[in-house]
Parts: sequence; C-alpha cells; structure tokens
Amino acid sequence: MSGGQNLPVAEQAGNPRVGEHGALSCGRTLSFSRETRADFDRLLGRYPTKQAALLPTLWLAQREWGWISREAVDYVATLLELAPAFVWGVVTFYTMYNRAPVGKHLIQVCTSISCHLNGAEEVFHECKKRLGGLKTGEVSSDGKFTVVEVECLAQCDKAPAVMVNDDDYFVITKDKLDAFLGGLK
Amino acid sequence: MSGLSPAPPVLLARIGKPNSVSLDSYVADGGYASWKKVLEGVKGGEWTPAKVTDMVKASGLRGRGGAGFPCGMKWTFVPTKEKRGDKPVYLLCNADESEPGTFKDRLLIEKDPHQILEGMMLASFALDVKHAYIYIRGEMVHGAEILDKAVAEAHEKGFLGTDVLGSGVDLTITVHRGAGAYICGEETALIESLEGKRGHPRIKPPFPAVSGAWGCPTVVNNVETLSCVKHIVDRGAEWFKGVGRNEKNTGPKLYCVSGHVEKPGVYEAPTGIPWEELLALAGGVRGGRKLKAVIPGGSSAPMLTAAEIAGVPMDFDGLVAAKSMFGSAGIIVMDETTDIPKAVTNIAKFYAHESCGQCTPCREGTPWLLKMLRRIVNGEGKKSDLDLLLQISNQMGNGMTICVFSDAAIAPVISGITKFRGEFEAYIEKSTKPEFEQKAPTDLTNEIADRKAAGIHS
Repeated sequence: MSGGQNLPVAEQAGNPRVGEHGALSCGRTLSFSRETRADFDRLLGRYPTKQAALLPTLWLAQREWGWISREAVDYVATLLELAPAFVWGVVTFYTMYNRAPVGKHLIQVCTSISCHLNGAEEVFHECKKRLGGLKTGEVSSDGKFTVVEVECLAQCDKAPAVMVNDDDYFVITKDKLDAFLGGLK
Repeated sequence: MSGLSPAPPVLLARIGKPNSVSLDSYVADGGYASWKKVLEGVKGGEWTPAKVTDMVKASGLRGRGGAGFPCGMKWTFVPTKEKRGDKPVYLLCNADESEPGTFKDRLLIEKDPHQILEGMMLASFALDVKHAYIYIRGEMVHGAEILDKAVAEAHEKGFLGTDVLGSGVDLTITVHRGAGAYICGEETALIESLEGKRGHPRIKPPFPAVSGAWGCPTVVNNVETLSCVKHIVDRGAEWFKGVGRNEKNTGPKLYCVSGHVEKPGVYEAPTGIPWEELLALAGGVRGGRKLKAVIPGGSSAPMLTAAEIAGVPMDFDGLVAAKSMFGSAGIIVMDETTDIPKAVTNIAKFYAHESCGQCTPCREGTPWLLKMLRRIVNGEGKKSDLDLLLQISNQMGNGMTICVFSDAAIAPVISGITKFRGEFEAYIEKSTKPEFEQKAPTDLTNEIADRKAAGIHS
C-alpha cells in the first residue's frame, strides 16, 4: 500500500492535500496495468451485474495506485458504466478507500471498547507523538508513516490491536511501542 | 439440564491443528463427509432439500450473528420454485464481523475455512442456491485470502462447480470483500454493499428472503450459524438440541470474552452456560480485582452490573430476562477500576463514527450523544446533561429509524447512566467551569473531524 509513486508530483505523499474531496480531476486519464486489467476481467464473471464489481474494482484501483484519486474514480466509473458521482459516493461511504496518499506504513490503531479498556487511546496518541507529532491521517515527511484511529478490528482478545497495511499486530501496549515502530522499516 | 455439561469442542475442534486451513487436513478429519453423504443420496431421493431444512428447524439453531432468529424458519421464508419463477436464490454468508467485542468469526475464518464452506454447501443445497457469496469485512485481508484459497481448493477437488460429485447439483462460491463499514453487517445493508452501493439498510418488508440481492430471494446467515449447519447434518438435530440449556437455546456456542479478564479469547461452551462458569473459563477477572460491569452481547447490548449478571444463563432468553441481550456473544468484562463514563463515551464514539447517515434521529443523535458525553468527561458537564442524554436517547430508539443501529447506539448510554449515574454526577460535580460559562464546545468530536479532513479512514 505504498501510495502514489506513479502520480503527478503535486499529488504525492507529503504534499498539501487538495481537501476533503480529494484531488480534483486534472483531465489526466489513468488505466489499469495489464495484470490488474486481467484481474478486473475475472471479477466481472462473478456477479450478475457490472455494478456489483464496484467494491472489488476499487480495491484493485487502490492496490494499483495506493489511493483513490478523482482520476481513479473516473476510470472505474467508465469501466463499470457508472456515473463518477455515484462511484465517488461509494468511495466516501467506506473507510478503507484512501482519498489521499498514505505513508508506506498505514498504522491503524483500534480504539474501540475492548482496546480502550486496555489503554488504546494512549497508544494512539503516543504513536503519533513518537513519529514526530504526526497529525491523524498525515504522511510523515519521509513518506514512511501515516497513523489513523480505527474502529473494532475483531481482535479484542489481543488488545490493543493495531493493523499496519494488511497485517495484524497484537497487544501493542505503550511500553511495546518503540519496538513495534522500530520494526517497521 | 444435562446439556450443559462440558464436552469436547465441536466448532473449535480443529483450531490449533497444523495446517488446519487446508482441504486435505479437513478431509482427513472427516470433513466434507456430510456434503458427500447428501450429494450421494440425492438421486435415490434419500436426501432432499426439505430434509436438510427440517433438520435445521428441528435442531432449534438460532442465528449466531446477533438477532438470534431461528435459522430453519428463516430458510422457509424463501418462496417455492412455483412462486419465484426463474429467479435464482442467493445465500450470503455474513462474515462482516464488526461488533466491538466480537472476534469468533475471525477465528473460524482464519483457522477452519472449510467448515464454513461445508455449512454453506449444505445450506445452498437446502435452499436451491447455485451461487453463494461470502461477504467478509475489508479489514480481514488475510481471512479473505484464506477463504479464496479454500474456495479454489474446493473447486479443484470437485466439491464445488457444476454437477458436483455427479449429483446434478451446481454450486459456486464467491468471496466478496467489504471496505470498512460496521453497518454492512446488517443484512440489507450487506446486500446493498454487495450490489456495489453505499451500505444503507433497506426498509423492510420486503424481507431479503422474498426480495434480497438483485431483487431475488436471499438468505443471509452468519459464519458461525453456517458452521453449525455442517455439524447438525453430521450428527443430527437431536444431538444439537441435546447441547444447551433448553429447547430454545440449543447447540454449542462460541463466546468471545475480552476486557479485564486473565485469559481473553474465544470459548466454546453449551448455549446457556452460567455467567460464573464462563468467567472461570476466561480465568476470572484480571489481577484478582472485583467485577464492576459486563456488556454481554457486543457493544450494542445494555451493560449489566456485577449483581445483575450473577447466575444469568448466557443465552438468548437468559439475557433478555436480565434486560440485556445475547447479541453476538461478545462479552466485554469491566473490573472495578473501569471508568464507566469514559467507557460509555468510547462506545458512543463508535456509533457516531459508524452511523450510515440515512435516518435523521441516528445521524444527528449519535454525534450529539458523543458531544455531550465528551463534555461531561472533559469536566465541562452540566447537571441537566444526564437527563438530556436520556431524553435524546429515547427519541432515537424504538422504531424511529430504518434499522436497529440507533437502538444499539443508545443501549450503552441509557444503561450506563441509569446504572452508574453516580459516576457521571461525580464528573459533573468536579466540573471546572461555572455553569453560566458552560456551552457546547465545538471541538468535541475532534478525531472524527480529523479523520474527515484527512480523507483517511473517515
């Protein structure tokens, strides 16, 4: 999930955001790589409608570009014969589609009740502090880290639970934070 | 009832075995025997869809996802072939486990995927389903990979596909990933999401059994429910009925115990195990401390005080009698050191973040509850806040909204304030601002605003 290497400089990690609605379309068109295109074609056969392939197609887009830009929305809309506004509506409903580039390590700290009872909020704040006072959702200046707070990860028996990109980390208490962060290269 | 004596685990029997996710190891442990048995009996008329449905009905199996609706009855709501014409029937396995405090489905998915698939195969046979979907929450990336691999293996070995094992039965299973939305665990929101839309719950009726995915009859069953189906066909309805407290609370059940216990984890026990025995399985309250409160069915269930949960049978009816609910069996244990106003505020934050935004009482109500609770725990509360919180809560629940999310959101607030009012009042008494200076601070939903501004996890 290392974001945005193939995108224009202005949209890359570390640069100012274009705001709540993501990067505005700049007329540039994107398209899937051959490999991703083949994955997309396979997807279509699994559903009775093209629209049903929207969530998986957005996952492919995020895998390809690291985040969902307006250009990606336009491209996905064209592929699935949907209105870009509709696709954007879906993108903004779900939390896991990044509407801005993220760091190489997207650190997702669960702060829901069972993790809360085990000190997760402190872990979340301390994590941002130790990464140089990062703000929530911000990319660190070296492009390596983004820290966000997420809701229940269904790892309540291993609280506090943290996800980094696609991987699960367990019992990340405050005293284990340095070792945990040090392990993320 | 003898059904409560401890027995070797059934649903968790294969957890912890080496390579438990592979088809070969599943078959070596007797897996897919029921699926084979049923398919081999199709042509001779020994096994019919009605026979499987009747077994599930007779077993008394109630949905393990939260509502506890009788599974067999749900299946019978699907219109007959004559009535539905050429419309296909869909089976959706609800693997969108997101209820705070619940982590049993994740274990089944990551450690024994074929058990779920076999349950889905048998349910699909009973319901005449040709294409079933597993809707798995977006965060379970590895779970989705494991299921994908298991489905591919089952296709390879001929347990799925066309004319499965020469029986004339066709069945395909597709794994579909969500993308981060608690509400998609609600069955009609799940259907909307599967169709490629925002996960907005639908107005019911029509219920999914009549008009669900793509307007076709659809059954949505939880991961654990479908896993139970496999064992009911394996061992018979009578066996299932024999495990559990009474005939309305049957079968082995997975309990997720988290919070302040010595050994948090998933425990399998007969449905209706008494509270004290369950707590003992989890090693008791951490550090020998005293129990303060328990949320017995995921964060949506009203919390119970230590006195209220004493001796309660942990099942659907036992917890309703105790004025809470069994929900997803996510049992969150809070010891004497727990700050209840902060815990309630934390749960309110979850619901404020996860409201889908369709219905005004919920969309507006959940952030207001959070703002007021934040105000209290930040030492800026007013005396009138507690009654106002209860008043707002009462305007959000009881059928004011399309789905029950709103009722879930108010349960911890109402139960917390009612049962631990003194703790809230102590915060208010310590309030640092004189009453005339108190106003609703605007930055109390800070981190949700932060997330929105960043466009990451918002």
